[in-house]
Amino acid sequence: MAIKKFAVACYDDEEVLFPAVKKVRHSGYKLHDVYTPFPVHGLDAALGLKETDLHIAGFIYGITGTSTALGFMSWIFTSDWPLVFGGKPYLSLPAFIPITFELTVLFAAVGMVLTFCYLNQIMPGVKKHVFHPRQTDDLFVVAIELNEHVSETEVIDFLKSTGAVETNVQVAESEWWYGRFDKKEPYELA
Amino acid sequence: MNERFEIPAKLRTTSIVLMLIGIATLLIGVKTLLFTDGSNHEMIHADKTRFWIVLLHNSVFFTLITLASVFVQAAASLAQGGWIVAYKRVPEAIGANVWVFGLITAVILFTIAFYFNIDGHNPIYHWVHPDGDKTLEGKSAFLNKPMFVGFTVGAIALWSFFGRKFRALSLAQENAATNSTKIYWNTVKWSAGFLIVYALTQMSTIPWMWIMSIDAHWYSTMFSWYTFASAFVSGMSLILLWVVYLKNKGKLELVTSEHVHDLGKFMFAFSIFWTYVWFDQYMLIWYSNIPEETVYFKMRQQGPYSIIWYATFIINFLMPILILMSRPSKRNYFTVTFIAMMIIFGHWLDFFIMTMPGPLGIHWHLNWYELGIFAGFIGLLIYTVANTLTKTSLVVNNHPLLKEALLHQS
Repeated sequence: MAIKKFAVACYDDEEVLFPAVKKVRHSGYKLHDVYTPFPVHGLDAALGLKETDLHIAGFIYGITGTSTALGFMSWIFTSDWPLVFGGKPYLSLPAFIPITFELTVLFAAVGMVLTFCYLNQIMPGVKKHVFHPRQTDDLFVVAIELNEHVSETEVIDFLKSTGAVETNVQVAESEWWYGRFDKKEPYELA
Repeated sequence: MNERFEIPAKLRTTSIVLMLIGIATLLIGVKTLLFTDGSNHEMIHADKTRFWIVLLHNSVFFTLITLASVFVQAAASLAQGGWIVAYKRVPEAIGANVWVFGLITAVILFTIAFYFNIDGHNPIYHWVHPDGDKTLEGKSAFLNKPMFVGFTVGAIALWSFFGRKFRALSLAQENAATNSTKIYWNTVKWSAGFLIVYALTQMSTIPWMWIMSIDAHWYSTMFSWYTFASAFVSGMSLILLWVVYLKNKGKLELVTSEHVHDLGKFMFAFSIFWTYVWFDQYMLIWYSNIPEETVYFKMRQQGPYSIIWYATFIINFLMPILILMSRPSKRNYFTVTFIAMMIIFGHWLDFFIMTMPGPLGIHWHLNWYELGIFAGFIGLLIYTVANTLTKTSLVVNNHPLLKEALLHQS
């Protein structure tokens, strides 16, 4: 639980958003995140986000699936419960390959979905603060994290100068938490 | 933009030397293999068969990998893929030369089917004389000389036509009115036509006719698809080699590491696809264990060819998947070039193992003759494609998707 204070700016055009994001990054204020109604091409580059490591996680999950399948089947068919199928030897590798392949895909897919959810902090039943209800509709929302060293009014003025159509200051839980959406949020709006 | 390619002296010399090696090998082959004399009857048969089967192996392999370039253009046009436009002249130049390899293939195949004969039977295409063989008589409705001629001539003529047609359309686009999409949509229509031709030839009947009928008693419904996978991944590697070569010569300014990355993805993905199809064919036969089917793999996996069998698995599957998996390696010119050359060689070996065991059995070689003919075909490929590349600008000016190709991010 980390309750923080945010300066929020809303833009109604992505052509205004891009220069604004650039200015915010140059200004040195701490950019919390940008929320857009649809995937905006090039925004990740403009935000300076680093390349995701999700695929490395995927490789590790895949290898885990491969070794689980091969190890488990080899153990069952050679020592735990050897059975003869179609006159084949106990350790008949070609027969194991389809299952190995499927388990590799399954482990990689499920593992990557869960990792993706963790990295983006989304999950069914998990709550995150919504900065503006129209951020999934027609507004591009930029949130800047405030602390005691920066002046609220200065940041708001700066955001207005970048072309924001709406600005405000919010105190919000910055991470994810469990709870129901109809419950009161665990903080008081400023 | 007008970006012309002129053949560097080194490339021209290399290609001519390789072609001369090929011709010299062929002439020595004629003397020592085709008109061999000796007392050992069996060895004379093996030598004569080796002479023809190596020519068949190489000519079919090179026809199919150049043909893959035509397929890439058609598939990209139909899918409206923009990224290929950045280096479209390369597949066009390769595709426009399908007729050279097609012509050589036709000559070799017809010589084998009609002229090659030892003691009244054909050592490569047993189906030429089906008399008395119940299996071959049963297949004679498809495997007979008129059908063979019809399919071969028809397929090669259509492939050559489409290879040149796509290039002609692309050149016509250069001179078309600015912002005109008429030729673009025309290309889409021709592409749809080509895919039907391609599906009915390369993806089904032609590998049955040319390669699978070498083992005329054996059959596999996966075979053509497997041949296609082999040819396609080698074809993409061939395109990549040309792109990297032109890039190193300071040409193809519009191609960035994004495009190379995507070509690398194709090599990576279709190496896995090849393995998938290869294993599908193998596993079904292994599982059902019917002698008339398993005999094909007996020779290849456990017999004298097992070394090549495992080599193709390592070169065509393990190396691409492990080396090309990470993003930086797909953007590194050295790794992609190295893997592309290995893939082409690995699939050449794959075609080797499709063609050799049937007629040669234990008398196979991977020696001066095989490699010399291979070198000759490489020389011919470099020479013809480089020549075609010099004919026009390397940038596909005026193409509706050119801007998209420039902005491409993989």
